[in-house]
Amino acid sequence: MGRKLLLEKAGVEGIRFFETYRREGGYKSVEKAFKMQPSDIVEEVKKSGLRGRGGAGFPTGMKWSFLAKPEGVPRYLVVNADESEPGTFKDRYLMEFIPHLLIEGMIVSSFALGSNTSYIYIRGEYDWVSDILEEAIIEARQHGWLGKNIQGSGFDCDIHVQRGAGAYICGEETALLESLEGKRGNPRIKPPFPAVKGLWGCPTVVNNVETIAAVVPIINEGGEAYASIGVGKSTGTKLISACGNINKPGVYEIDMTISVEEFIYSEEYCGGIANGKKLKACIPGGSSVPILPANLLLTTAKGEKRMMNYESLSDGGFATGSMMGSGGFIVLDEDQCIVRHTYSLARFYRHESCGQCSPCREGTGWMEKLLLKIESGKGEMSDIDLLWDIQRKIEGNTICPLGDAAAWPVAAAIRHFRDEFEWHVKNPEKCLTQNYGLAHYADPIHVPVQ
Amino acid sequence: MSRVNEIISRYPDGKQKSALLPVLHLAQVEFGGWLDVPTMDYVASILNIEPIEVYEVASFYSMYNLKPVGKHVFEVCQTGPCMLRGSDDIIDYIKKKLNISVGETTADGMFTLKTVECLGACGYAPMMQMGKTYREHLTKEKVDAIIEECRSKMN
Repeated sequence: MGRKLLLEKAGVEGIRFFETYRREGGYKSVEKAFKMQPSDIVEEVKKSGLRGRGGAGFPTGMKWSFLAKPEGVPRYLVVNADESEPGTFKDRYLMEFIPHLLIEGMIVSSFALGSNTSYIYIRGEYDWVSDILEEAIIEARQHGWLGKNIQGSGFDCDIHVQRGAGAYICGEETALLESLEGKRGNPRIKPPFPAVKGLWGCPTVVNNVETIAAVVPIINEGGEAYASIGVGKSTGTKLISACGNINKPGVYEIDMTISVEEFIYSEEYCGGIANGKKLKACIPGGSSVPILPANLLLTTAKGEKRMMNYESLSDGGFATGSMMGSGGFIVLDEDQCIVRHTYSLARFYRHESCGQCSPCREGTGWMEKLLLKIESGKGEMSDIDLLWDIQRKIEGNTICPLGDAAAWPVAAAIRHFRDEFEWHVKNPEKCLTQNYGLAHYADPIHVPVQ
Repeated sequence: MSRVNEIISRYPDGKQKSALLPVLHLAQVEFGGWLDVPTMDYVASILNIEPIEVYEVASFYSMYNLKPVGKHVFEVCQTGPCMLRGSDDIIDYIKKKLNISVGETTADGMFTLKTVECLGACGYAPMMQMGKTYREHLTKEKVDAIIEECRSKMN
């Protein structure tokens, strides 16, 4: 059983409330941080090797060190709690069950960055979670952990929660800042990056919920101790939200040394494929990352066991690999239709495109229409090529990564499951009542241990 | 108004436009579950911004209703992970049960059915949002019970 750094105490009764959280050792990292220089805290985070947990995996310490510090200009920390990537529900779990961990991480991070007012931008639909956070903030304030001169340190900090209103795009950091300023969530052209010109034109760091929560064990135990967990550049622990056709969907904290196979089939994690079915495919890091057929999921093209960490999941690039992304782990069993599933994701991206860039605005609509056409047995062979062509013309041609996020799932589906698309075209009637099934997607390379 | 002033106090002086999303949420709850033009104009006046700045925001975000909705709004997730767990069947069942299509409201003004994109409850699928909370692990029986629950609240 792997080490737990974030959710270790999540099951303690009453941990949602200050008294219990404090009794269980909460807020110790703040006491420690106040004895350090802000720059030393940034150094510890650098040493820890912590990578952004929202999806991009950018080194957090490096992001922090980019923050501009012009004289007399306020700086801001904004926590990205706009968790909207299909398959991802880990931040919700953390905020719902152990909200003070986020508040604690935010106080330490705000101190390190010099932010006296920090914001949590949470997706609007998490209405009750936002209430839980507000209550936690009130408690922290009452006990002197927020407000003026926190615990006699001379440091002032307050935290506010802002609810979004239903827009996936606001998870992109500059769209989030636009939204926090009361505007449409249209991503900004970069540079300037938020570290130089962010919220209201001031230097700003935007970090994911899980990233900020991880600062707590990093400060408590030291950056090097944190870095000693895991493997290579995948240090510390990662929250994985597992869903789809598995026996035990839920949020799991892993230390990134286990294999994908163990994660899916062991009782400690997903507990195997539901209803005794076979594994067909999986999207390991949220809907935007490439889908992999069972054989490539469990074993890399080099023939190595694929592991649940950043490097191994992306081994082989997009040709034969995928990405860790946000940790949204979506499992598809043998009864699922890849074309229909890809259509549902394409519909999602069309709905969520902000409309600023033509390739994304128009392209996502075309991909949705073509996928529906093929799925409903009206497709032609040339539609598959057209679909490939469209996704290629979106990728890399937009202001923000939503374009890439929309293109990748379609590209990977065609790359690995083209025969299933062709089967739909060749069997216009049969495809309405039957599924293509497992075909050779789970062929051994490998037989999973049950 | 005290709620509105509290929200505005969260931002630096002159940045009261940042209060727009939270204030629209408040307005929608206060004024019958949707935002009509006079309500949006009122929000513009209290935040001292142009009405167009409110319209463009209200029309961008999917949680703001720009036309009337029923007393209970069923927002059923239809994205990939929910689809894998049978959300299509749940949506069909609600349609038949309430005799409405997606986007419609029942004649008695009780129920509106909407399909929405991923709500971050993929591990508890299929699911829907109902007001402030989520209803998860939906089955046909659960849908029946929820509808009954809504109806009994009315009496």
